[in-house]
Amino acid sequence: MSTSPIIEFDRVSKVYQSGGGPVTALLDVSLSIAAGEFIALIGPSGCGKSTLMRLIGDLEQPSSGTVRVKGKTPQQARLDRDYGIVFQAPVLYEWRTVRRNVELPLEIMGRPPAERRERAMSLLRLVGLGDFGDAYPHQLSGGMQQRAAIARALSFEPSILLMDEPFGALDEITRERMQTELLSLWSSADPRPTVIFVTHSIPEAVFLADRVVVMSPRPGRVQRVVPIDLPRPRVFETRESPAFFGLVTEVREALRATESERVGV
Amino acid sequence: MTYPAQGASETLARRALPIIGLIAALLLLWEGARLLFGLSEQRLPSLGSIVETMFTPTRGGAGPLLIVQMLANGWATFRVALGGFFIGGVLGFGLAVLFMRLPVLERGLMPYVIGSQTVPILAIAPMVVVGLGRMGAPPWLAKMVVAAYLTFFPVTIGMLRGLRSASPQSLDLMRSYAATPFQYFWKLRLPVSLPYLFTALKIAASAAVIGAIVAELPSGAREGIGVMILNAAQYYNSRPQALYLAILVAGLVGISFYGLVVLAEHLIVKWRA
Repeated sequence: MSTSPIIEFDRVSKVYQSGGGPVTALLDVSLSIAAGEFIALIGPSGCGKSTLMRLIGDLEQPSSGTVRVKGKTPQQARLDRDYGIVFQAPVLYEWRTVRRNVELPLEIMGRPPAERRERAMSLLRLVGLGDFGDAYPHQLSGGMQQRAAIARALSFEPSILLMDEPFGALDEITRERMQTELLSLWSSADPRPTVIFVTHSIPEAVFLADRVVVMSPRPGRVQRVVPIDLPRPRVFETRESPAFFGLVTEVREALRATESERVGV
Repeated sequence: MTYPAQGASETLARRALPIIGLIAALLLLWEGARLLFGLSEQRLPSLGSIVETMFTPTRGGAGPLLIVQMLANGWATFRVALGGFFIGGVLGFGLAVLFMRLPVLERGLMPYVIGSQTVPILAIAPMVVVGLGRMGAPPWLAKMVVAAYLTFFPVTIGMLRGLRSASPQSLDLMRSYAATPFQYFWKLRLPVSLPYLFTALKIAASAAVIGAIVAELPSGAREGIGVMILNAAQYYNSRPQALYLAILVAGLVGISFYGLVVLAEHLIVKWRA
């Protein structure tokens, strides 16, 4: 990457104290991510991919090593509102209408009501929920709720998007459509946010990312980084191209290597 | 999906029907029991005689009809219960917020809060009413304090539970927005706890009515359902109907109070399906 890194991990480890003794969630992870890059983190459960994401977002702190975000500590970056977060569950506030959910971050950041409202409505239109601003979350389908959650994360134009299996609870058809929508949202933003996308779907990682970071479990480490050189914009046909299959196979084999290593030891 | 125009009246009928049916069945059972076991008016007064008693004038013909007098007393109790409910609600809410912010206080004070509720209210009411009376407090305030005593506890417990029920991820979101502690409370913890609060308030509503009635029992009280119950109990052998009427009015007050809380819940917690 030519640009300077926006996120840098330098020999980062994370150890949790649990009832059965210390558990190492991440061991000695070094990684740098360029501004505007789309990174997919993939690996079996227990590989620390969510932990890695949470360390970036200052939702947890490393046990050793350092994480730098835009040259700052993750905490400073959080206080500067550099992060938009999307979880697997939409986590919409059920007492707020969809529009007011999207407005929530702006409200907390003290933006004026008219601006908030306008921004929320234009984002809702962008994610295809223009007619649902006054609905309550429970009136929406799972896919629609997740679209609202994405709109909420984008509302304050954060430079970094942290997405923890955001499409994990959706059916396959909805999921593929949402992947395409996410890419078009991402590529139309100026400047493009840096995306950290946690998933355990190989085709999803390959379809979305510039680089797929393959992680191995217990302790969580970076096993391999697979660059995805598929041309953009990526469309429906991308998934049917031989290059796509080749990369899916490459990631799958990297993942299998983490398995055999574990069994072999 | 519902069809609003005809749906509204239809659901109303569907809701009212079982209630009316149940009341009819109860009345039938009442009269049936009288016939079956040959019970006298003294053992179980007939419905007819209870209705008749309702419309007898009080004070040997000089006062208002008994039912009017009873409803007036019911209204007096209602006001005391409402005041106590308010005082207890605010106190319970405040304690819950305090306990959430300072768990040390919760560990220290919670045993006393729980202990306060295991002491029979019948034992405490005279102390409060007489004690506060000696200190020059007006009688209505002393009664409200007794009602508040029963009210604050469910509110504290329910509200505390509610304040702690925000999901970890919803808290993570607030953290990522760099929200202030007040914003955490106002925009997340408080709205999350409202359904819990209303569940607690429904319990508190009937507790407040009981507290108000009990507070009217110690000597000196001049109005309220408690006074009516004492009077009616005194003449139970000669005129049992009055006590049944007093119970009916007490139930009426309790149900209307509960209904008010349900109404408030519908107006405030309107995001629920």
